[in-house]
Amino acid sequence: MFGNYAGFILASYGVTAATILLLVLWVILDGQKQAKILAQLHERGIHRRSERAKAAANS
Amino acid sequence: MTETETKSFQIRDLANPTRFLALLDKIMLPLLILTIIALGVGLYMALFVSPDDYQQGSTVKIMYIHVPAAWLAMFAYTMMTVSALGTLVWKHPLADVSAKAAAPLGAAFSFVCLTTGSFWGKPMWGTWWVWDARLTSMLILLIIYLGLIALWHAIEDPLKAGKAVAILTLVGFIIIPIIKFSVDWWSTLHQPATVFTLDGPKMDNSMLIPLLVMAGAFTLLFTVLHFKAMKNEILRRRIRSMQMQAARQVASGNRAAASSVAQR
Amino acid sequence: MSAMGALFVRDLKLSVRIGGGALMGVLFFLIVVTIFPFAVGPDLNLLSRIGPAILWIGALLATLLSLDRLFQADQEDGTLDLLLLGEHPLELVVLVKCAAQWISTGLPLVIATPLLSLFLNIEPVGIAAVTATLMVGTPALTLIGAVGAALTVILRRGGLLLSILILPLTIPVLIFGVSAALGAVTDPAPFDTPFYILCGLSLLYLVIGPVAAAAALRSAQE
Repeated sequence: MFGNYAGFILASYGVTAATILLLVLWVILDGQKQAKILAQLHERGIHRRSERAKAAANS
Repeated sequence: MTETETKSFQIRDLANPTRFLALLDKIMLPLLILTIIALGVGLYMALFVSPDDYQQGSTVKIMYIHVPAAWLAMFAYTMMTVSALGTLVWKHPLADVSAKAAAPLGAAFSFVCLTTGSFWGKPMWGTWWVWDARLTSMLILLIIYLGLIALWHAIEDPLKAGKAVAILTLVGFIIIPIIKFSVDWWSTLHQPATVFTLDGPKMDNSMLIPLLVMAGAFTLLFTVLHFKAMKNEILRRRIRSMQMQAARQVASGNRAAASSVAQR
Repeated sequence: MSAMGALFVRDLKLSVRIGGGALMGVLFFLIVVTIFPFAVGPDLNLLSRIGPAILWIGALLATLLSLDRLFQADQEDGTLDLLLLGEHPLELVVLVKCAAQWISTGLPLVIATPLLSLFLNIEPVGIAAVTATLMVGTPALTLIGAVGAALTVILRRGGLLLSILILPLTIPVLIFGVSAALGAVTDPAPFDTPFYILCGLSLLYLVIGPVAAAAALRSAQE
């Protein structure tokens, strides 16, 4: 499709796609990990100071 | 709401991590859709519409990712410099988070720039690597990014690490143009035997438009990744402070129990 | 001024007494230059061609490796806190400490250069040129290295990180130092242009180094 240089072009686009995919995976997995730890802390009854004030005001 | 009201509301939002997170949640989805559309259009134009170069043949298609990656590698450093000023001068709570989220992205895009440059250079120059001024400068930029990331990981306290990195980022911002200048000088001194340079002749619109679309798409992609990484970093710091607070409460509880035992 | 003079003399004394590393740098320089011919072969023509580069790399590494204790000892025994609280600006303190550091580790390298140049078969004009470029360039290396030393002051093992952070920033000094030294011996290339740029770089680093190092020390001690 791209003539003699198809290998080089596809390799370039492939490396770029792989790097971007790694970045996307990194932010998503990291986000899930932080959300999980945060949920665990809430389960153990540990809240941020501002959240505790809100919870007290609601009740 | 009038326009000025919205504007002031948003600027205030940016100073407060909680409101910033709420804002992010709102704009993330539209931004993501926009990025995917721009990337799709850009890739289609670059791969199927744009013509081959009369000198470099179809390898010119590599340019549509090589140049935007180079642009973003430099853009990320500029962004980190602005964030460093934010950390040191204005003590903005989000500046340090922004810098920390941008560093791995900058490193990744300079890596992409180097690899695609190498895949472009092989058919054009006949070797995978030449010590061409621009490639060499980009390699040094990548090493500086990796050094900054290493410094972040070496210092435990996130605030101290942020300040140390901010100082080094500013020093780098002053010295990187000098490095660029000296590498150019050095490279003309040791004239490399190259026939083609990577930036070819003046560009025709049929190539310029796909390039601009791709640059825009890459910038959007960078913004999405940067925002998401910033959100993760804010959550990470919250978790850290909550854990430390919990540990302190446990410690003071133990101390109270121990003193009441001692009194008895 | 007398306080700064006292600091200068103290740092010099500390570096030359037992436990200080004043002559360690020059010994390292010697061994690096000695080890090069074993890697590239004893061909004197080749060695004289790459001689200035070998000497510059040796001096660069010797300077950076001797820097990791520049502020650390003061940080451990509390002297750094006193210096921070003192009436003299921290930038000046850093500058004085760098001067003492350069006298005790940089200057011996410059003095040893003519002797080591003989091993590498560099001709007399070249010897003078390399010595002159190192004389001008090593202060710049010490000053920019001080930034790395200040950034890594709270780390237990900061030596390797210091080199990783600072080596990219020393590239301009290396390029113009070696270019000037080579320009003196190879004909078409000029000596004066890169030498003047090297002098300019040293002056620039004279400003950047103390300011950035002082900022890093302040943020580390907060």
